[in-house]
Amino acid sequence: MDKFGIHSGKAAPLRRSNVDTDQIIPAEFLKRITRTGFADGLFHAWRTDPLFFINHEDHSDATVLIAGPDFGTGSSREHAVWALQDHGIRVVVSSRFADIFRSNAGKNGLLPALVDQDVVEHLWKLVEEVPGIEVEVDLHNQEIRAGDYAADFHVDDHVRFRMLHGLDDIDITMEHNAAIEEYEASRPDFLPTTM
Amino acid sequence: MAATMAEKVWNAHVISEPGEGQPDLLYIDLHLIHEVTSPQAFEAMRLSGRRVRRPDLTLATEDHNVPTTDIDKPIADETSRLQLDALRTNCAEFGVPIYSLGNDEQGIVHVVGPQLGLTQPGMTVVCGDSHTSTHGAFGALAFGIGTSEVEHVLATQTLHLKPFRTMSITVEGERPAGVTAKDVILAIIARIGTGGGQGHVIEYRGSVIESLSMEERMTVCNMSIEAGARAGMIAPDNVTFDYLKGRDHAPVGEEWNEAVAYWSSLRTDDGAQFDTEVTIDASELTPFVTWGTNPGQGAPLGNSVPSPEDFETEAEQQAARNALEYMGLTAGQPIRDIEVDTVFVGSCTNGRIEDLREVAQVLEERSVADSVRMLIVPGSVRVKRQAEEEGLDRVFVKAGAQWREAGCSMCLAMNPDKLAPKERAASTSNRNFEGRQGPGGRTHLVSPAVAAATAVAGRLAAPADLEVRN
Repeated sequence: MDKFGIHSGKAAPLRRSNVDTDQIIPAEFLKRITRTGFADGLFHAWRTDPLFFINHEDHSDATVLIAGPDFGTGSSREHAVWALQDHGIRVVVSSRFADIFRSNAGKNGLLPALVDQDVVEHLWKLVEEVPGIEVEVDLHNQEIRAGDYAADFHVDDHVRFRMLHGLDDIDITMEHNAAIEEYEASRPDFLPTTM
Repeated sequence: MAATMAEKVWNAHVISEPGEGQPDLLYIDLHLIHEVTSPQAFEAMRLSGRRVRRPDLTLATEDHNVPTTDIDKPIADETSRLQLDALRTNCAEFGVPIYSLGNDEQGIVHVVGPQLGLTQPGMTVVCGDSHTSTHGAFGALAFGIGTSEVEHVLATQTLHLKPFRTMSITVEGERPAGVTAKDVILAIIARIGTGGGQGHVIEYRGSVIESLSMEERMTVCNMSIEAGARAGMIAPDNVTFDYLKGRDHAPVGEEWNEAVAYWSSLRTDDGAQFDTEVTIDASELTPFVTWGTNPGQGAPLGNSVPSPEDFETEAEQQAARNALEYMGLTAGQPIRDIEVDTVFVGSCTNGRIEDLREVAQVLEERSVADSVRMLIVPGSVRVKRQAEEEGLDRVFVKAGAQWREAGCSMCLAMNPDKLAPKERAASTSNRNFEGRQGPGGRTHLVSPAVAAATAVAGRLAAPADLEVRN
């Protein structure tokens, strides 16, 4: 995973609540067996709308998505994160993320920045009124800045630490291998195996 | 200190607590995999030269993509075939047991685990599928994970997780006649919303929950994720033990006694505190259906389609306006007047034998309306065989329904079973998202009983409506 420090880019408003992962990438696009190549399926049902951010001249190359509450609900598909990243999105800002989406995003280096809904409303207005305004997302200080505006965001400490340092989860876990082995030896015999 | 069931199961699986603010390292007892969310995980394992740590705690089945007709022929859709081939190759290379299409044990991952007795109380169960919450019906802590986590569990048999918050949902009182487990969970989601359970594991309790069969409990826990919860659990009791006894992977002899003693200790202690508590009066329950495009947008079948102005927040009002437009519905229209084109019975929510019996009971001596196509898709090959032994398939076919092979099918339309744009379905599945059952398709979530009655009536209906109208 690449390190994430401060990201600057354009932002796009997504004025919808409950954007579920079926909306982010429909199941028909989930048949690939690689982690790339999902950009074409991103927001598939909405991308024919000329007003949708992907088609909007001010927002088509946005890297920060400002979304309504309950973003990423539904299916656990990590393809939703890969599709957003394939399109170039590096940060999703929302006042509420579904748990699995938030976890998937952090593990892939897509920053799920949690803010109050009034921050979302403010950013929506700002990016719509000032076309092409640069938004800066600072993971060190957990702050979003745009023009004169600045707001704090929340991200899980562990996710922040791993993103700042670009660490691989499995390597971290394998440092506990002795403890895992000890735990395994203590598991009750009545537990099932699949073989 | 008094603990909830979720806390007891969690604590029994903590390998190490790295300290304040850091996630626990949790051992995983059972890892179920399927073709859609695993290929990228295996690929990463291969690239980094890692092995599956515990193939004997891992099981693969093919479900999301499989066709439900002509399964003896090559799969027509090339990308589906490639994904299934990838799963088979990966399982062979990494030594993971697999139930492929054509195998007697193939089926939807959340139907297969329980019916084999692999899902047991007190276990941690994960799968790259959000409906893993189903397994919580046994008192297991079971939750969906993403592909990076699938890779992590394959490599280490563990996960880094922060403890979930706990929520109790108590459904107390007498369950009115005609109210099914599906109605109970749809009413709960409408009450607390799609984000209501976020960050929580829900424990369903109370007399109504205790009175549910094992399969009904699975229906309830299955949809915990639709309320935003990571997991749902129900305390194991004699219903659980009776279901498990004698199943392929259930303990036997002295180990059975030992297991039952342990399982019985898992119940939430008196005096244990939940972070959030919700109580529902069973007498308020009635057949429930969704009218919108998320599972929280539901209402009693006897109601009218709500108006956006009925909702409090601007976000909810906007969501309702979007939903009515997408669904092609008008505020104030009686829900019972909504005509459907398709009825789908199946999925990990309602694709089990009791669901099929319920549908057969309604369809017996009746016919599916001429304007309706009805698909009945068993959750597993075992369910299919059982239904055929009981003659349910003959009832379905005689009524004019299509009797299919096992798989996820139209629940998410990754195989050829899908809705056309604007086609309207009553579906026993779990998600009514825009395009979920096919691009532009319109979904009403319903119970198996309502699905069957709707197929006969051609419009949303409960079995009791058929009695009146006949």
